[in-house]
Amino acid sequence: MENISKLFHEYIKREIIQLGIIFLSPILLYVFNGNGIAFILFLLSLFLLHQSNKLNTKIKAIIAIVDLIVIIPLVGFANSYYLDVITQIGIYAILAIGLNVVVGFTGLLNLGYVGFYAVGAYTYAIFATSQANNFISPAILKFPISGNWFWLFLIIGMVVSGFVGFLLGLPVLRLRGDYLAIVTLGFAEIIRIVLNNLDKPINFTNGPKGITPVQPPAFFGIVLNQTIHYYFIVLVLLGLTIIAANRLNNSRVGRAWTAIREDELAARTMGIPIVKMKLLAFSIGAAFAGMMGVLFAAKQSFIDPSSFGFMESIGILAMVIMGGMGNISGVIIGALAVVVLQLHILKEFSNFLRQLTVAGIINIPSQLDPAKYERLVFGLILVLMCIFRPQGFLPAKRTMEYIKKHVKKLKKTENKKDVFVE
Amino acid sequence: MALLDVKGLTKTFGGLVAVNNIDFQMEDKQIVSVIGPNGAGKTTFFNVISGYYPDHVGTITFGGHNLKDLNPEKVAAYRMARTFQNIRLFPDMLTVENILVGMHLHLSSNLFDIVLNTKRLKREEKEAYERAMELLNYVGLEGKDNELAKNLPYGEQRLLEIARALAIKPKLLLLDEPAAGLNPKETEAMKNFIIKIRDELGHSILLIEHDMKLVMGLSDKITVINYGVKIAEGTPDEIKNNPEVIKAYLGDDTTTDAVA
Repeated sequence: MENISKLFHEYIKREIIQLGIIFLSPILLYVFNGNGIAFILFLLSLFLLHQSNKLNTKIKAIIAIVDLIVIIPLVGFANSYYLDVITQIGIYAILAIGLNVVVGFTGLLNLGYVGFYAVGAYTYAIFATSQANNFISPAILKFPISGNWFWLFLIIGMVVSGFVGFLLGLPVLRLRGDYLAIVTLGFAEIIRIVLNNLDKPINFTNGPKGITPVQPPAFFGIVLNQTIHYYFIVLVLLGLTIIAANRLNNSRVGRAWTAIREDELAARTMGIPIVKMKLLAFSIGAAFAGMMGVLFAAKQSFIDPSSFGFMESIGILAMVIMGGMGNISGVIIGALAVVVLQLHILKEFSNFLRQLTVAGIINIPSQLDPAKYERLVFGLILVLMCIFRPQGFLPAKRTMEYIKKHVKKLKKTENKKDVFVE
Repeated sequence: MALLDVKGLTKTFGGLVAVNNIDFQMEDKQIVSVIGPNGAGKTTFFNVISGYYPDHVGTITFGGHNLKDLNPEKVAAYRMARTFQNIRLFPDMLTVENILVGMHLHLSSNLFDIVLNTKRLKREEKEAYERAMELLNYVGLEGKDNELAKNLPYGEQRLLEIARALAIKPKLLLLDEPAAGLNPKETEAMKNFIIKIRDELGHSILLIEHDMKLVMGLSDKITVINYGVKIAEGTPDEIKNNPEVIKAYLGDDTTTDAVA
C-alpha cells in the first residue's frame, strides 16, 4: 500500500514538474533573457510538450504556437544569438528529416548526403551573384537576380538536387549496406572536388575562393536578411517538411520503403519495384537537402566547397542515429541535441572556464578548452548511445493512425451526405 | 490453356543440376502439390517460377505471359504470389501493414496525391485499410491488427504470410511448405484453410509439402521430383501406388535386400 501511494506521489510529482517546465520555461526564458540555462530549459520544454500525453492536442498546439511564434522571436529580439541557434537547429532538423527518408525509412546508408546540400547551395549562389554572367552573356540576362527569385529557387534547388540524387542512384543503388555507404561517400567528395575545380575553363563556381555576396531572399522587394526572417522561413519550411515526410511515411510509398528495409526479397515478391522505390527515396532525400542548400547559401551570403565536407555528412547522420532512425520527431530531437551541444553547451562551458581563468580561480591552458574537444565529446556520446540505447532517443514506431484518420474523416463526410439525402 | 505451363525447365548452380528438364502444367482453380525428398529441387523449382533466377533454361508461361528474363516484382505483377519456407514477413511492421504492402500493386496513388493528401488518396487508403482488415479477419487473426508481425506466434505468422500473399489477389498462389513446424491439429486446420481459399476465393494453389497426409488430403494432382527430375505425376491415389515414388521415399528393394 505504501509503495502504491509512493508511486502515485512520484507520478504526480513528475507530471507537475513536466507541466511546470512546459508552462514556466517560456516565461523564464523571456525574463532571464540570455541565460543559457533558461534556454536549455526552454528547449527541454518543447520536447516535453511534444511527449506529453496529459495535455490534449488543441492545448498542445496553442502552447507550441505561442512558444514558436511569440516567445522565440521576442527573445531573439533582445538576443539574436539564441534565435540563430534555433534557426540552425531548424535547418539541421530539415536536413536530418531528409536523410532519414533514405537511412531511416528505406535503410540505405548514405554517407554523402552533404553533396546534395552543396548542389542546392550552388544552384542558388551561382545565379544570385554575378557568377552566372561568366557563362550567360549579360546582354541576355543580368545577374545577380533579385532576392524575389529565392522562393522559386527553393523549388529549383529541390528539383536539381533531386535529379542529381536520381542520377547518382542509378548506378549506386545496385549496391547494398557498407558498399553503398562507401560509394555515396565517394560521390559527395567528387561533388565537392568538382565544385572546387569548376573555375576553369569557364568559371562556374569560382573554385576554392567561394562565391559571395549571395543575394538574401526578398519578398516583393522587401529584403529579408535578419536572423528573425530566416527563423520564420525555416519554421515554415520545417513545418512543410514534417508534414510531407509524415505523409510519405504513412502512405503506400512509405510502406514500400519500410518493406524494402525489412526484407528486400520479400518486398520484391510482393511486387514492389525496389529500384524505382530506392531511387525515389534517394531523390526525395536529396531534394530536401537541395532546398536547404538554397537557404544556406542565401543565409550565409558566402559559400565555398569547404562548407560541404565529409564531417558535415557525418554530423547529419549522427543526428538521425542519435534521435532514432525512422522517427521524425526523434530525428528533430537529434538535430536539436547535436546543434545545441556544438553551438551552445560546449561554448558556454568554455566561456565559463575562461571566466574562471581570468578571475584567477583555476588555470586551464587554452589547449584544454572544451570547445576544441567538440568531436571528442561527440564521439563519446555516440559510443555511449551505441551501448545503452542503440535505437536512438525516440525509436521508430509504426502506427496506423493516419489511415484510421482517413477512415474516420471519410465516414463523417459520408454520414453528412446521407443526412442531406434524407 | 493451362494457367501455368513449364517446358524443359533446367536450372544449374555451377556443376549441380538442381532442376533438370522438368515439364509441368497446372489448370485454373486446381490445387497441385510438388513433393519429393529433401534436396530434390522443389524450392529451386518454386524460385525459378517466381522469377528469382532469370538465367534458367526452358520456358515458363503463366496466364499467357512468358516469364523469360523476368524479376520477382514483374512476376508478382502478373499476379503470382508466394510464401516462404522460412517465413519472411516484415517483422517491424504491423500485421495490417504487412497486408497493405501486399496490396501495393493495386494502389495507384502517386507522390502528388500523397504529399497533398488528396481526396483520392484518402479514399484509396481507406478502402485498402478496410480490405486489409477483412483479409486479416479472413485468415483468423481478428484483433491482432495492432501487433508487430514479429510478435505473433509461429502459426499465426504463417497465416499472416498467406494473408499478405492473398492481398496481391493472386491468380496463382505458391505455398512453400505451409505446414512446416505446425502440429497435427494445426496441420489439419491449414489443410481446411487451403481448401477454403481455393473454394471461396477461387485461387489456384501450387504447394510444396512434406506432410503426406496434408498432400494426399487436398491435392487434385501431385508431381514428384527427385534429384531435380520429375519422376511421377498423377492423382493422390496414383502417386501412392507408384513404384518409382515408393523407391524414392523408401529406397530400392534391391538395396533393402542387400542390407537384410
